[in-house]
Formats: sequence, C-alpha cells, structure tokens
Amino acid sequence: MAIYNLKINGKIKQVNVDPSTPMLWVLRDHLDLPGTKYGCGIAQCGACKVHLNGVAVPSCQLPVSAVGKQAVTTIEGLSAKGDHPVQKAWLEHDVAQCGYCQAGQIMTAASLLKENPKPTDADIDAYMSGNICRCGTYLRIKEAIKSAAKEANTSSTRK
Amino acid sequence: MDTNKTTYNRRSFLKASLLSGGGMMLSVSWLSSFKAADKLEALNLPPQWSQLNAYIQITADNVVKLLCPNPEFGQNVMTSLPMILAEELDVDWKNVVVEMGHHDNTKLGPQFTGGSNSVRMYWKPLREAGAAARQMLREAAAQTWSVPVDDVTTKAGMLQHSSGKSAKYGEMATKAATLAVPKGMKLKAPKDFSIVRKSKKNVEGQKIVTGKPLFGLDYRQEGMLIAMIQHPPAFGMKLKSFDASQTLKMPGIKDVFSLKLYEDSFEQGGFDTRTFNDLLVVVGKTTWEVMNARKKLKVEWEPAGDTKDTMMGRGGKREVTVPGGLESTSAQLDKMAEYAKKSAQQLRKDGDPETAFKNAAQIIERTYNAPFLAHNCMEPMNFFAHVTEEKALLVGPLQAPGWTEPTLSKILKLPADKIEIQMTRMGGGFGRRAYGHYLTEAALISKKAKAPIKLIYTREDDMTYGIYRPMYTATYRAALDANKNLIAFHVKGGGIPEHAIHANRFPAGAVDNYLAEGWEIPSNITIGAFRAPRSNFNAAAEQSFLDEVAEAMGKDPIEFRLELLKRAKESPVGKNNEYDPDRYAGVLKLVKDKSGWNKPGNEKYHRGVAAYFCHNSYAAHVVDMVTRDGQPYVERVLSAMDCGIVINPDAATNMVQGAVVDGIGNAFYGALTHKAGAAEQSNFHNYRMIRHNEAPKQIEVHFVENDLDPTGLGEPPFPPVFGAVANALYKTTGKRHYNQPFKPVLDKRI
Ligand code: FES
Ligand code: FES
Repeated sequence: MAIYNLKINGKIKQVNVDPSTPMLWVLRDHLDLPGTKYGCGIAQCGACKVHLNGVAVPSCQLPVSAVGKQAVTTIEGLSAKGDHPVQKAWLEHDVAQCGYCQAGQIMTAASLLKENPKPTDADIDAYMSGNICRCGTYLRIKEAIKSAAKEANTSSTRK
Repeated sequence: MDTNKTTYNRRSFLKASLLSGGGMMLSVSWLSSFKAADKLEALNLPPQWSQLNAYIQITADNVVKLLCPNPEFGQNVMTSLPMILAEELDVDWKNVVVEMGHHDNTKLGPQFTGGSNSVRMYWKPLREAGAAARQMLREAAAQTWSVPVDDVTTKAGMLQHSSGKSAKYGEMATKAATLAVPKGMKLKAPKDFSIVRKSKKNVEGQKIVTGKPLFGLDYRQEGMLIAMIQHPPAFGMKLKSFDASQTLKMPGIKDVFSLKLYEDSFEQGGFDTRTFNDLLVVVGKTTWEVMNARKKLKVEWEPAGDTKDTMMGRGGKREVTVPGGLESTSAQLDKMAEYAKKSAQQLRKDGDPETAFKNAAQIIERTYNAPFLAHNCMEPMNFFAHVTEEKALLVGPLQAPGWTEPTLSKILKLPADKIEIQMTRMGGGFGRRAYGHYLTEAALISKKAKAPIKLIYTREDDMTYGIYRPMYTATYRAALDANKNLIAFHVKGGGIPEHAIHANRFPAGAVDNYLAEGWEIPSNITIGAFRAPRSNFNAAAEQSFLDEVAEAMGKDPIEFRLELLKRAKESPVGKNNEYDPDRYAGVLKLVKDKSGWNKPGNEKYHRGVAAYFCHNSYAAHVVDMVTRDGQPYVERVLSAMDCGIVINPDAATNMVQGAVVDGIGNAFYGALTHKAGAAEQSNFHNYRMIRHNEAPKQIEVHFVENDLDPTGLGEPPFPPVFGAVANALYKTTGKRHYNQPFKPVLDKRI
C-alpha cells in the first residue's frame, strides 16, 4: 500500500492503495467516480477511457503509481454542467442504447477533437476503433462527432 | 407468504394497484429510497405525490412521475413505455419524470424484458392506466366545479371547462386519487396521438453522457464487500478441493469459501440455468484486491461425470441427464454431421414430400453451420445482495425479476414479500440477463459472508462461463420440377443442445410438399436465449438457401419470395402458419422500393436481400457490400420493418441500426469455441467484436405505416441480417458461404 495524491477532475484526491492498482479501480472503488466503466480490463474495449493530460487512455492499463502529477479527467469532470460539445452532440443524436460504453466513447471522441478538430470519416474510424459498442451505435457516434466538430469550429470562429 | 406475487392479469393488476395505492398516497418508504432526480431537485418539489395508480403520480406543481415497469437494457423502454402512459393521460411530456419501478408483479405487471415483449405486452394496460387516471382527474374537476364530467376536457396536463374554469392536473390530483377507478375507458384513436409516434429523447440521456451511476456495477452501499467466483477451468469439471491459505494472506481479503448453488433435489424452472453448481468464492474489500487474490487459490478440479438436473416445465417434472466429458468444437462438428444423417423428430409435414423429392428434376441441398455465441454484454454479470435471516435486498441488472424471485424465495427460504429486487439500468442484456443465477449466487454469498456484497464477473468469467447461443446446423433441400417450379421443401435441423427449427414459419404454407424435422445432442455447455433465439440461425440459413433456390430457378430473389407469399395468402398449405403473408410481403416490397432494387445507380454494390418474421414483427434488409483492400465490407444497409405503430421513431431507428450492426458483427466474427471443455476465447483480444471501422457507413431504416397494435423491435431486425450478409457475400466473392462466422473463411481464401 502507498499513499498517492492524484489530480482528478481538477482536485487533489488522496488514496492509499497498492501501487499496481489500475486507475480504473481507484476511480470506481476508492473515489466514488463510477462513470469510468470496466469492460475488459485489457485495453481492448475502451469503456474505461479517461484523459491523462488531455489525451484519452485506457485507465484499466494505467497503474496508479504511473500517474504522478499528471491530470486525470473522467467523464464526471469532462464539463462542469454536462455541456461539453461532445456531450451535447451525443444528446442531439440520441446516441445511447444501453449506454454502458458511452462514457468511454465520449472521452475518446473529446480527445480526438482536441487533436484533430476536423476529422474525416477515416480519422474517426481509426481513432475510435479501440472502443467497442456492443449495442452497435457506431453510426450515431460518428454523426455526433461530426456535429461536435462543427459546433466547436463555428464557436471558435465566432470568438 | 404472497404466493400470487408473480401471477398477474392485465385487468387485475391495474385494479389492484389502484385500490392498494388509492387515496392520497404519501409513500414514506418509497420516498426514503428516492434518489432525487435532477429535474425534481431543480423544481424543488414538495415531497408529496398523489398516486393515481401504480404507474402515475402527480404533484401539486403538475410534475408527473411515470414509473417504467420493465427493466431497461438499451431498448429504450424507460422512454417508450412512459410515452404510452403520457399519451392517454394527456400531459405535457416536458413535465414528465420517469423512474424505474422496483420489482412488484402485483402492481406493475409482468416486468419482463425479453422476447421483444415490453411494448407489445404493456401497450394496452398502460393506455388503460393512462386513460383511467385522466378520467379520475376529469371527475375530480367536475365535482369541484359542479359541472357534468363530460363537459370537462383536458389538454396537456390542464383540465378545462367551457365556463372558462381551468386547473392543472396537480390541483385535482389529491381529490382524483380518492375516486373509484373507472373501467372501459375509450382509448384515443391513433390519428389523435400527440406523444406516441413523435420522437422523444432517451429520458436517461443526460445521466448517461455525464457518467451518473446507473448500472448494476455502479451500485454501492456502505460496508459493501466485493465477491468473485472461481469457476472450474472447463465445462464438465467440478470442484474437488481447494487451499486458500495464500489468498487469505492477500490484502483486503475477508473470506474464501465454497457453497452449492442448488441443492440436489432443486426443481429448476426454465430460466434457472446456471453454469456451475459448486461455487468457490473469494470475498474482499475492493475489486482489484479480490481479482489478484483469486489468482492465488490452489484448486483441484475433477471430472463432473454425468449429472442429473430436475427440471420443471410445461410437461411437469422431469429428470435430465447432463452428460459429463470435456467437449471440443471439432468433435462436436463431427458429431453433428453424424446425427444429421440419422432419423429425426418430425415437426411438420404437408403433402407428400418423399414422393415429390423422388420425382424431382432437380434437388438443391445445402448444409449450414453456426457456432456457440457469447452475449458479451458490455457490462459483465454482477449483482448486489444484502441477505439476512429476515430479508433480502438485491440490486442490479436483470431482465426477468419475476422469474428469479420464486427461485430466490425457495433457496433463501424467505417469503416473496421479504425479498426486494431493484432493477438498475443494464449494460446490455441480449437474453443473457434473463438467467438470474448470478443474482442467486450473490444472495447466497451475502448470506454466508453475513455482509452486503457485490458479486462481479470479470470479462473472462463472463465470456468463458456463459449461457451461450447454441451451436446449430441445418440441411435444407428443395425439389424443382422440369419447369423449375418449387414442388417440395425440406429442412432438417439440429443443434447442441437444441435445434433451431420453427416448423410453422415461412416457407411453410407456401409449398405443397413440406417437411420439417429436428434433432438434438445433449451437452454440458450451458445455453440460453440470445437475441431472437433460434430465429437468429434460421433466418441466416433459410434466407441464404432461398437465395440459392431463386438463382437455380432463374428468378429474382425478391420476386421469388413474393410469389411464395402470394401463394401462402391465396391458398395456404397446411395449418398453423405463423406469419401474415401480406405483412411479410409488405416489408419486402418496401425494401425493394427504398433500395432501388434492380434499378440503375447501385452498380457499385454487391447486393444481398433477406427477410424474416419473428417476435410478431416483420423485417427485411438489403445489404450493399463493397470490396476495400481486397476485403468485403458492408457499406450500406436498407431496412424495412413492420412492427405496427412505432412508439418512438428515432429510438426505434437506433435499435434497428444497432441490430444491423450486431448482425453483421456476429455473422462475420462471432464464435465461441471449446477445447477439452474450456472456452477458447476469453476476452475481446480473441473474441472479435465488430468495431467502428467495420460498421456500415449508412443504415437507412423504413417502417411500414399502419395502425396495428405495436409489436417487438429489439429482436426482429436481427436475424435476417445474417442472411442478407451471406447473400451479398456471394455476390462479392462469387462463392456461397455456409459456415458462420464468415470472416475466418474469407481470410483463408482472400
Ligand atoms: S476496460 Fe479498459 S479497455 Fe476495456
Ligand atoms: S450503447 Fe450499449 S454498449 Fe454501447
């Protein structure tokens, strides 16, 4: 066991856990942030994706000991009011079926748009292909990403 | 003990709920468990609801709370069922909040999510409940205003009278709740619908996109422990002995024990299927600690040998022998080929198929195979349980609480009214969560550990100890005369451990000489319902076969089917034909039209078509395939559905699109194979799932417009996808594909 001071969603949180514990379980079991989901535990499904310094990574493969001072953002902290352009686009397209994969999809999509504000279909396919949706909402996810991209681009030109 | 708790009838539960819930319902116990919905919080509501019936509560401020009776697993019932209530109640959808009802069959009906039944079964009762509540509100207004009730009208949550008097529902709700429940209310004509048939967003959408704790795996309670089960390494094995000393030394570990799920004489119902009966359990503080400590168990396993299960079914009690032995896929395939040659049980016979085949000018015979499939719900199996000597609380993802509760009652020796089951949102179900064994496991673990626990299956547990879609095969034969007329049709299907044949489905009824037969091979690999059980194989095999028969006859595949359906309508052969030929033809005609079938402009696609009827609805797809980098991809799909009235069109479209993606994924990649009893796939690195880049670029969904009562939609679009994919694949590769999944075969060939 070891004590870690982690920067989660802009706040410092202290946990006392085994150094090997993946951030997925630190978030879910120790910090009461269950928005980040467990799907496979082996970096194959994307349900557990969080942002590490703004980039989407599978938290099931991120031991707490490797986080250090890096900022971790979870779905709960993606936006203060649940109104990140990606979240809004998800609602506009009514993407979810069961909804279980969607936190991971949204975190990955937000990371994609940060890196590549105007992704092509092929860019989206490539970036998102680590995220499984068992319910098959892929088309709507793609449409929602394009809407969010458009929204973000128009609001940035407005500024 | 309330033995009637799981029986219901539509009228009685409406009535019972109204009477028992009647009066001004200030439900303290209910309020204490109330997790303030954001909307309610924002409105700063007084904790006072008038309950008009089991489904409907209204506050003085005119906020309408509708209880969704059926568990939600992505089919969007939490939105569509309340829409039905709101329609007849005549309220403003903006003022509606929806909450998931807890399990209570006496008040909330069957509460079963599965078989594409949610909307179909609740359509009438919910309309009646909405209409009765509206009438009570009108009556309350009429009494208050001293006017005839017939003169009181409603509009979007308002009561009005020609004198200019008006009131919100909320103002009359307290009084309304004291009135007698009216019967036989006239329901709205479909042309007057203002909520049903208008797309409404998922009522839990905001919670989903912000990561609120909605799922079973997210549920927690103070002092809750985590439990995992170490199952045998293979089907056909059982626990011999274990040494937990290393595990118990690991941090956070509280206990290790074994227990039996069912006692030897336990009479299993159809949904009591479980993978293994001896459970070796590790209980500890956190998930990661339990996962790691479980690996330190030293366990000896031994062959289970033949075992006996006592089954209770429609035919009464029977003993079933589950064979011992360690099964492998290759041996299973050989065994199926051998059984296929033996005589089988006749399921239906019309005319004289033997003679017709003898006299045929041409016989087409093809055999189709499909593997076990794992459900792979994104949220693995899990359940929370807190069981004491006196009572049990269970919370988690479950499709059929009404089936699990009697089992639990027997096993825990607790009356049903001491068992509370709360259903969380499910991260997928697909039939898997109709089998509540994991709930029962959680309950027994909690009882033994004397603590609230959450049982968690890891992905590996979930995939390797599944309740799988069975392994299927079927041989189809068609006899053509010298003029290439179809004179006889024969299907002989088998499976491990059950066959898939629906003997009274198309093309039964359309061919003079028809024979359907089935055979089965027992197995210790556990199977159960998987999205559109049996149909999901039938549609693949039969619809591929019909494509080939049409080709041999020199006919267009759609025209060929339409001709058969015309025959089935005009002079149906035999009895008990399950489908309506007009509606079946209707989806084919619609997809033909919308896809521009045989019309110019689609030359770049290799096109395959298929249609199917199951779960009371009709579906047809045209799959448009292209080749990219030497690989076939489904580029576009056009779908036509007939499920009667479509409650929530955009959500219905989403579900059909999802079924199409699911069908393509399983047709190309889905397979769970075994070697010496052990599943060969354990996680998503070796069980391939369809991903973003493999999904079609476009899925266009069209609904036949009619005013028929709504039927299922979760399952019906799924089965024919397989057939349409197979037929498009033939056009793409020039070769017929008979064995699922298709991708491994393609990889070897291309
Ligand atoms: S749980 Fe981390 S990628 Fe699946
Ligand atoms: S919405 Fe169910 S897994 Fe994606």
